[in-house]
Amino acid sequence: MQELDRAGMGSVRVTRKGNNVVVLEKDLATEQMVLAMGPQHPSTHGVLKLECLTDGEVITEAVPYLGYLHRCFEKCCENVDYPAVVPYTDRLDYLAGMNSEFAYAIAVEKLLDVEIPRRVEFIRVIVAELNRIASHLVAIGTYGIDLGAFTPFLFCFRDREIILSLLEWASGARMLYNYIWVGGLAYDIPSDFNRRVKEFVDYFRPKTVELYKLLTENEIFVKRTRGIGIMPADVAINYGWSGPMLRGSGVKWDLRRNDPYSVYPELDFAVPVPDGKTSDVGDCLSRHLVRALEMEESLKIIEQCIDKMPSAEGFNPRSAVPKRVRPKAGEVYGRAENPRGELGFYIQSDGKSTKPLRCKARSSCFVNLSAMKDLSKGQLIPDLVAIIGSIDIVLGEVDR
Amino acid sequence: MILTPLSHISMPLLMGNSLNVWSEALVGFNPMGLPLGLVILAAIPLVFIALYSLTYGVYGERKISAFMQDRLGPMEVGKWGILQTIADILKLLQKEDIVPTSADKFLFVIGPGVLFVGSFLAYAVLPFSSAFIGASLNVGLFFAIGIVAIEVVGILAAGWGSNNKWSLYGAVRSVAQIVSYEIPAAIALLCGAMMAGTLDMQKITMLQSGSYGFAHFFLFQSPIAWLPFLIYFIASLAEVNRAPFDIPEAESELVAGYFTEYTGMKFAVIFLAEYGSMFMVSAIISIVFLGGWNSPLPDIGSFALNAWTNGPVWGVFWIIMKGFFFIFVQMWLRWTLPRLRVDQLMYLCWKVLTPFAFVSFVLTAIWVIYVP
Repeated sequence: MQELDRAGMGSVRVTRKGNNVVVLEKDLATEQMVLAMGPQHPSTHGVLKLECLTDGEVITEAVPYLGYLHRCFEKCCENVDYPAVVPYTDRLDYLAGMNSEFAYAIAVEKLLDVEIPRRVEFIRVIVAELNRIASHLVAIGTYGIDLGAFTPFLFCFRDREIILSLLEWASGARMLYNYIWVGGLAYDIPSDFNRRVKEFVDYFRPKTVELYKLLTENEIFVKRTRGIGIMPADVAINYGWSGPMLRGSGVKWDLRRNDPYSVYPELDFAVPVPDGKTSDVGDCLSRHLVRALEMEESLKIIEQCIDKMPSAEGFNPRSAVPKRVRPKAGEVYGRAENPRGELGFYIQSDGKSTKPLRCKARSSCFVNLSAMKDLSKGQLIPDLVAIIGSIDIVLGEVDR
Repeated sequence: MILTPLSHISMPLLMGNSLNVWSEALVGFNPMGLPLGLVILAAIPLVFIALYSLTYGVYGERKISAFMQDRLGPMEVGKWGILQTIADILKLLQKEDIVPTSADKFLFVIGPGVLFVGSFLAYAVLPFSSAFIGASLNVGLFFAIGIVAIEVVGILAAGWGSNNKWSLYGAVRSVAQIVSYEIPAAIALLCGAMMAGTLDMQKITMLQSGSYGFAHFFLFQSPIAWLPFLIYFIASLAEVNRAPFDIPEAESELVAGYFTEYTGMKFAVIFLAEYGSMFMVSAIISIVFLGGWNSPLPDIGSFALNAWTNGPVWGVFWIIMKGFFFIFVQMWLRWTLPRLRVDQLMYLCWKVLTPFAFVSFVLTAIWVIYVP
């Protein structure tokens, strides 16, 4: 019995019977298969394509292919006035339109150096935090679907629906709001808005516990996510991660605290990071936990904003909205903490035009997704699905 | 036809006895030497189950999932959407039957057929009542365990024949899963067979009848029977690809697993087979551990509840109710639990269920030998 290596046959085990060579066993570790996951695949959350090299069910390499949803955001911005960019920002991260608008408004207001009425700031924070909850609900719900739990998804969407109708009440639209304008708001909130938001907060608190019991503490869910796709903090920082992804790796980095904007310095809220007890720091479960805990912090923020908000007397949401936005020549980078991480707008103005010379969006999802190659190496296909789900991408923001 | 004496006033009993006579007359119906009556009789439960599984299995699944998820479910077609599945079937019938150009046409076409046959052949040996059994084999249980394995061939044919990488993954996963889980399932059923001392499904059921109702069921007859009962239930979930073991058709990973490429009626046949298997494993677990067609109600003193609720027609009622109950539990689990990973599934099978199945086997043997 001996081992031979033959051209085209790989390594084979042979034995001799008289003059004949009998092949006993062929080496079955053969070619790798290219598996195209997406752009039409249920768990790529849109039109992401992952080209995976697979050895059986083990992924040796996964390369994300982007651009299926590219809509020339940056080129569009160069051709419209500053305020007209706001509706486009809604279409970046369409699950958190308010937050995108907020980030853009911060950038342009920095460039213009305008004073914003206090009530406007509070309303902005309330709608942004409401939208953060809605966005995290989608992230958690779809993550459940990725792992095969269908029911939490519908529970999440039931609660998200209440937020969407609240935001619709304020802005007139369910997802693409165009509510936070440069220098102010499109409208004041309806007179009963705060009471209804408070009602929602009271309704939603027990629901987070329910979600916790149904999904986060589920034995199978923990088995599927704990220790999967671990990203060490230093590598995460090198990749430029931000938001719940970075916090999931144990880095306490939240722009609302570390680079405070709006009225966040006045508010009391915690920045949840995994403690390493219920999850391994940096794994899929940590990222999920950070999102789940952040929803409760957002509820706290909303309650405080409602209490601290100045009255509507003599309030004009458009009082600081400039008639014509023509900033001085210069450049600015404004950023805000979005549900998915740091969304930043880099704007250049030539000082003559009412249109931005250049408007670059720094997308959190895009940056977070760039670590896919590292995260997916040596994982199983079901784990790859768990990892993509935990990154919580919105292709609208990845491709812009 | 002989009329039953009217001394049995009780309506169910009257019905039951005349049904017996009627079925015996049908068995004797042999035109041109062909046992046509027997075939018709054997086909009745099958047709019922086929109708049930297509319409009310799917409808029940949608309604139950809807109620669990704060929804209403189908509401438009008929009252409470009762006719929704019929509308769906009509739609599927009208769909174009697509065979992908690069598919292995032969395997692609026979796949669903084999799958269907595998899941429905086991119905032949299920006793639906003391008068209703397709084929009263003396190795009925063995036949039921064995014939289900044919499903694997159908799944592999469908997955391989589709010439789609996702289908192949689904098929390979499914085969590995079903073949593995047959072992704990079969050992667990063997515990029931050991308690009965026979593999004949009808005899197993009869051994569990008595005036104390549920107290005669094998589940309650021995203190260790709950272990094989639980093992078989978990293993049966894996055998019929239900959550949390639905990894062969894990829609978020493998699109739809081995039936990704199927459309129209072929898709419906695969679906029918799935719901058929669901009822089949539920019926088997009811027969082996929960008395099959026996009434679970006990006689209380002179109040002969058990006698009143037993009989051929009541038998059909009870076994179907028991089957429905387990189907409900299956759906309940499906809409609550996430999905396991392939390696975790195999771990559960080989390192948890199989050893425990052996333990329960030995304990049951000791019980059967030493405790009368």
